[in-house]
Amino acid sequence: MTSLKATVAAAGIIAAGLAHAQESNLSGTLTIFSDMSNPAPRAVMEGLAEDFDAMHPDLDVELTVIDREAYKTQIRNFLSANPPDVFNWYAGNRMRPYVNAGLFMDVSDIWDDELSSQLASTKSALTLDGNQYGVPYTYYQWGMYYRPDIYEEYGLTPAEDWETFKSNCQTLLDNDVKCFALGSKFLWTVAAWFDYINLRTNGYDFHMQLTNGEIAWTDDRVRQTFANWRELIDMGAYIDDHTAYSWQEALPFFVNGEAASYLMGNFAVAPMREAGLSDEQLGYFQFPEINADVEMAEDAPTDTFHVAANAENPEAGKAFLRYVTSPEVQTEMNGPDGLGQLPVNSEASVPDDKFLQQGFEVLSSNAPGGLAQFFDRDAPAEMAQVAMENFQRFMVQPDSLDQILDQLERARQRIYD
Amino acid sequence: MMPTTLPETRPHRSWWHRNQIAITPWLFLAPALLFFAVYVIVPIFQSVGISFTEWDGLGQPTPVGLQNYEELYYDPAFYTSLKNNVIWLLLYLLAIPAGLFIALFLNQTVTGIRIYKSLFFFPFVISQVVVGLVFTWFYDPAFGLLNVILEQVGLGPINVLGDPDYVTYGIIIAGLWPQTAYCMILYLTGLNAVNSELIEAGRLDNAKGLRMLWHVVLPQLRPATFIAFVVTIIGALRSFDLISVMTQGGPFGSSRVLSYYMFEVALSEYGFRMGYGAAVAVVLFLIMMLFIAYFLWSMYREERRR
Repeated sequence: MTSLKATVAAAGIIAAGLAHAQESNLSGTLTIFSDMSNPAPRAVMEGLAEDFDAMHPDLDVELTVIDREAYKTQIRNFLSANPPDVFNWYAGNRMRPYVNAGLFMDVSDIWDDELSSQLASTKSALTLDGNQYGVPYTYYQWGMYYRPDIYEEYGLTPAEDWETFKSNCQTLLDNDVKCFALGSKFLWTVAAWFDYINLRTNGYDFHMQLTNGEIAWTDDRVRQTFANWRELIDMGAYIDDHTAYSWQEALPFFVNGEAASYLMGNFAVAPMREAGLSDEQLGYFQFPEINADVEMAEDAPTDTFHVAANAENPEAGKAFLRYVTSPEVQTEMNGPDGLGQLPVNSEASVPDDKFLQQGFEVLSSNAPGGLAQFFDRDAPAEMAQVAMENFQRFMVQPDSLDQILDQLERARQRIYD
Repeated sequence: MMPTTLPETRPHRSWWHRNQIAITPWLFLAPALLFFAVYVIVPIFQSVGISFTEWDGLGQPTPVGLQNYEELYYDPAFYTSLKNNVIWLLLYLLAIPAGLFIALFLNQTVTGIRIYKSLFFFPFVISQVVVGLVFTWFYDPAFGLLNVILEQVGLGPINVLGDPDYVTYGIIIAGLWPQTAYCMILYLTGLNAVNSELIEAGRLDNAKGLRMLWHVVLPQLRPATFIAFVVTIIGALRSFDLISVMTQGGPFGSSRVLSYYMFEVALSEYGFRMGYGAAVAVVLFLIMMLFIAYFLWSMYREERRR
């Protein structure tokens, strides 16, 4: 722990030496509230705070780490009652209620031309009504994690198009292996399926319009998405009883080889490896193409830093935001000893890990359509709740599609008025 | 050191002395009344007030009149919750006869009866969260004990908590486990107070078994039955923790009850519709009020009769 911190600290100081135009005349106290409460992210965050403190002798950095789940509800209280200078949150529409309530500081001045080009991939996700309200520090890819050993056993190769995807699945089913592990108890995992099938069927722009409430849920194009999805459901492609499991509880099906693939974010790799899968038994492929006329687009949820509108030390807060966006710091914090995810800054280097390298490849050169944040960050919270619940219902009762779409459409008309 | 002049023999007693008897109870009640008013009575009116607004908990509430209630009227999730509340109310009452049965069974003197009694009481002592977790594992379709047993007798796995038709019943059974223990302990204490002379008299008149229970024992257990009713009905209406632990209202909202729905729309990760949540709370409050008013009224009647 101490040695890790020391390494991070040393790297930070070097980074500080390299980084240009870091003001050293900051003074007072910089308070940071963070949701990076898991052990590895916590060490990263503590390292960042220490380094920044060491770089600015007159500045006192106070870091408070809050449990990641509790943070999602506490943010409302602390932003209005006791705002920190810098805090974590997520990109996309998840920022909107707070931005509308005037609780996030407009930090467009940090986004100069240089930074904008380095962080181009996520600039739109941090932009609301033309202004930027934060900076990204990490993101990760989603996609199909699969078992190459099982695929090999039945002579399959990862699908690049929908027909192969389905025929692969049929082969697996014929051999009593389910195609997809899924744990839908907490709903959001089904949103990944909707996101991908909709992105592949109708494309990124349509998906964004839909999550922005500009398109009716009863639209025929939405129906087409559900029709494609239904092909998989009717095949019996998903494990049985997925409504009873969380995503972690569904992992054993994948690890024991009862299901051959799992649509998940890269965070699932660590538990899969811990469960005993070697790199020969664990592979990644991009979700296949469905409609050849739309460009490939991906889900890449981005985690972010922001400055509170009522911050007591906004200067130091913005300096910290500049600091965490520098290529050196992003390389270090996303490295294998840190978060083990992808740095957002295009000049940062990607950790030497098979999945991160593949993910970086997919996100930077194979997703010309665009990067979505994930359904519950792209759509407003209320819409996300209603929709994810109904996605799960669709997976169990696909015949109630008309009722489901009516309900979603009514929700849309109420929520985005 | 006696004072040299004694006060006159109280021609005018002070105001405090004259009213002491009347004021003292109010003084003792004052702290409780104050807190009850601040933390219970005032919030009730505040909730009703919020239910006429649209408010995300951050900005300013906008008054919208009855719009939240109108939306409730068209909200299928509200009816699912309401229906589940009724199922909870009805089935939860099974805890009373079950508790009575166990209490009668345990009301005997054999070696180690105290141990048996405490074992039966055990589920009420452990936290509802633990009860929820234990039953979640019991029902698990992959490795749960229930499905292992069903498999032995050749029945397919039942996904109790993942099936919209079974889920509410599954949770109620989990809830009945501790609630039965609670009713049992109420009846056990009640049975201690049963007058043995009346039992003797019944015996002489040749009353046995069920007739004895119905005509002699049960009337004497009336106070216990009344309390068991009150705690069970209130318990059913505020069933929240088990749902939160076992299903979070799922699958797709089929196990929600009003209290959970209120939490979900007002306070959960995707919620923060304070106005709508308050409207759900007001409806739940009115339903509870019916029962509470009935209980208070019958208690009042009992008091008068004495």
